[in-house]
Amino acid sequence: MKKLLKLEDFSELIKDGDKLLVGGFGLSGTPLSLIDEIATSGKKNLTIVSNNLGEKGKGLGKLLVSGNLKKAIGSYFTTNADAVNAWSKGELEIELVPQGTLAEAIRCGGAGIGGFYTKTAVGTKLAEGKHQMAFDDGDYILEKAIKGDVALIKALKADTFGNLVYDQTGRNFNPVMATAARLVIAEVDEIVEAGELKPEEIVTPHLFVDYVVVTKYVKQGGRYVEPATTN
Amino acid sequence: MSQQQRIKIAQRIADEFEDGQIINLGVGIPTIIPDYIEGKDVYLHSENGLLGMGPTPEEKSINMDLISASKQPVTVETGASIFDSSDSFLMIRGGHVDVAVLGTLQVDETGEVANWAVPGQNILGVGGAMDLVAGAKKIIIATMHTSKDGTPKLLEKLTFPSSGVRKVNMIVTEHAVFEFKDEKMFLIEVLSDISLERLKDITPANYEVSIKKLIRA
Repeated sequence: MKKLLKLEDFSELIKDGDKLLVGGFGLSGTPLSLIDEIATSGKKNLTIVSNNLGEKGKGLGKLLVSGNLKKAIGSYFTTNADAVNAWSKGELEIELVPQGTLAEAIRCGGAGIGGFYTKTAVGTKLAEGKHQMAFDDGDYILEKAIKGDVALIKALKADTFGNLVYDQTGRNFNPVMATAARLVIAEVDEIVEAGELKPEEIVTPHLFVDYVVVTKYVKQGGRYVEPATTN
Repeated sequence: MSQQQRIKIAQRIADEFEDGQIINLGVGIPTIIPDYIEGKDVYLHSENGLLGMGPTPEEKSINMDLISASKQPVTVETGASIFDSSDSFLMIRGGHVDVAVLGTLQVDETGEVANWAVPGQNILGVGGAMDLVAGAKKIIIATMHTSKDGTPKLLEKLTFPSSGVRKVNMIVTEHAVFEFKDEKMFLIEVLSDISLERLKDITPANYEVSIKKLIRA
C-alpha cells in the first residue's frame, strides 16, 4: 500500500512552526498515536487548530506538557487547566473561535473559499476588529478561511486507497480537516482491502489522504488505551 | 430542594416541545430534560454531529466515540444520523434546528443573553453558544432565577459579555416563565409560591405581568 506510513517516520513530516489541523472533540476521534509522536519529537512553535486541547495530560494536552506549542486556535479551552495556566503565564497564545465558525472556516479553507459572512458572534467581543456588513436579514461579520500545513485526523478504517470511514461521533472535525491542509495523515484502527468499503459508505474519499498510519492504541471498554508492553 | 427546582424547570420546558421538533440541549439544567420528554416525538440534536441522540448506555455498551456535546456517552435512537461538525453547525446556523435550550449567566429585559464569559476571568471557551444564539429558530433559557449567592440574573442591562444580538424567546426559572415579544419581557406564569412583590424584588429586569395561568408548587 503506497500511502502506508510507519508511526516512527511520521514526525519527520512536521516542521518547526507548522500549523496543524488536529481532529477530535475532547478525546473522541483524536489521532492519539500521532500526537504522542509529536510530544517526543522536540518540534517547536507549532500552532494547533482543534476544537479544544484534549484533556489535562491526555491527547493534545500532552503537547502542553512537552512544550511543542506556540498557539492554539479553537472553541473551548477552559476544561484543560494546563491550557489555562500556559495562557496566563504567556507561554501559549489562544485564538478563540465559535465552534460553528471554526468548522465553516476549515470547510472554506478546503473548498478554495477565502472567507464568509456569518451572523454568529455579531455584537460580541469575538467580533471586534472584524468587518461587519448588513445583508437583507441583518448584520453579518466576515470570517477568514483556515488552512493548515498538515492535518492529523482519526478514522476507524482506511482501505488500501486511503478511503476513510469513521466511528460514530468520532467523525466530528475529521472529514472537514482532511480537505484543508497541504499534507493529510490519517490514523486508523484498521486497514482493509480496496473494495471492502462500499462507495456509498465512504465519508472521506482517498484524494484527500496522503498517508495512513495504524494506531498503536487499542479500544477497551469503549476507550482507547495504550497497549500494555508485553515482555 | 435545588434538584427538585431543576426538575421543575426541565419539566416545564419539555411541555413547550411539539411533536416533530428538532431540539438542541445545552449544558447545565438542559441536560436533564431528556428524562422528561417521554411520549414527545422530538429529535435531539447534539452539535458534535448527531441527530437522534438517545439515553446514557449501560456501562458495558459505552463507546467514547459516541458521545454528547458534554462529552458524556450516549446512544442513538432508531432513525438517528451522524455527520461532521460543519454539517452539524450548518443545521444550527442555517435555522434548521427548531429549539435550542440554553443555560445562562444573565439575560436582559430585551432578551439579549450572556452565557459564555465572566468579566475578570479568563475568556478561553465559547463552544457552540454563539452559533446556537444566532441560528436556532426558538431559544428557551433554562436557569435558576438568581445565582447561588442570590445575585440577580434577569437584569435591565447585561454586565457580562453578550453572546450575540439575537434575542431569546423564553426564560424558565424555578419561580416563573417569561416570554419576549418585540424586545419586551412578559411574566406569563408563576411556578412557585413566591409573591409577585417578592418576584419583582429578585428580578431587576422590567417586565409586564401578563399571567395566563398560576401554577403553585
